[in-house]
Amino acid sequence: MKKLLSTVALGIAALTIGQAASADPSRTAKLVIDGTEISTHAKGMAGGPLDELYSGWLFRSDETRALQLDDFDNPAFVFVDDGETLFNKVDGSEGKSCSSCHEAGDFKGLRPVLPRWNEAKGKIYSMENYINDCRTERMGADKWKWSKPKMTSMVALISLQSRGLPINVATDGPVADIYEKGKELYYTRVGQLDMACSNCHEDNYGNMIRADHLSQGQINGFPTYRLKNAKLNSIHARFKGCMKNIRAKPYGQGSDEFQALELYVASRGNGLSVEAPSVRN
Amino acid sequence: MRSLAIASIGAAIFATSAFATEVAPDSVTFGEGGTVATSLTGVAGDPASGRKLFANRKLGNCLACHVNSELSEQQFHGEIGPSLDGVASRYDEAKLRGILVNSKMSFEDTMMPSFYRLKNGARTMKKFDGKTILTAQQLEDVLAYLKTLK
Repeated sequence: MKKLLSTVALGIAALTIGQAASADPSRTAKLVIDGTEISTHAKGMAGGPLDELYSGWLFRSDETRALQLDDFDNPAFVFVDDGETLFNKVDGSEGKSCSSCHEAGDFKGLRPVLPRWNEAKGKIYSMENYINDCRTERMGADKWKWSKPKMTSMVALISLQSRGLPINVATDGPVADIYEKGKELYYTRVGQLDMACSNCHEDNYGNMIRADHLSQGQINGFPTYRLKNAKLNSIHARFKGCMKNIRAKPYGQGSDEFQALELYVASRGNGLSVEAPSVRN
Repeated sequence: MRSLAIASIGAAIFATSAFATEVAPDSVTFGEGGTVATSLTGVAGDPASGRKLFANRKLGNCLACHVNSELSEQQFHGEIGPSLDGVASRYDEAKLRGILVNSKMSFEDTMMPSFYRLKNGARTMKKFDGKTILTAQQLEDVLAYLKTLK
């Protein structure tokens, strides 16, 4: 009898813990890769929408989180290797590869500040824009599509150089209007299901939406390898997926709208560490 | 002459269609506090069908956001909205129908979709634009099921 009772009590305790674990980002998990700890939470900006910033990593299951603890286990590194091959591969009319002018390590510190204003071009630039400019203007090669494997692999390789550095995008000066536009998009309800980004990722992070644990929608881990589609996913491809889920017509990848949203969402994670390439569901 | 022809077509539809009295999404009348007192179809809802719609991810998908112990055989109940256990004891039929038709009439700024409304968020995909999430009868079926959750 006593045994039965304690088993029941244990069961209830397990249930309670199980629920608590599903309702919140993990408070105890630590992202340590090759002996280096990467911070997965940060204080939000004073007066900003979020007091505490949490990496999406904290919202995933133990099994998914574990895949990011070792670069040999992290399936995204297959694509980082592809990126390295592409980096050294001559392409286009000028007989050049990326490595003719750069070493991958030169890009340390770039990922945290993107997207940013490009004065010479008079527009906001994401990493994809810089890569394609190099290809078309210096190498005489064709542009890569925004979210195709060659591009996401190259973005992963370049982003990796900044792993652990805090996201720090500028929101003022020449991008002030773009930031405001991104903010407006974030809070605009769209689609037949009539929801804004904020409904899930600001008001309900930590809650389950059916089997999915809602995160803050932070983009510090992109490009991210998703178990769902077994490839690297770009930020804009993820925005597109979200919009389709709520039955809204997505903006184009690389469009002004998605770049504005990228800037605004990145700024909501200012202070979180670059985690690329991350692993998610 | 032309109006006569239209009138006779209308009469024919009225005479033959089982949904003759169906209320169009634009014609739903809301009462105090966002209630909708009368059935959208005049045909009694089927709770068994409503139970299936409740869990169906492409139709009601209510389980995405609400816990419902009566559907314990389904894994993963959402935590976004309130639990629907005992919801029929908290709200009467007119209130429940009103929430399903257009949740915003009951709860300003709620995240809950409106299941029988034509105009929803911006940029609705062509495939869904100008369409309701549920048909009138599907909505009445879901309502009939909710009424069993006492």
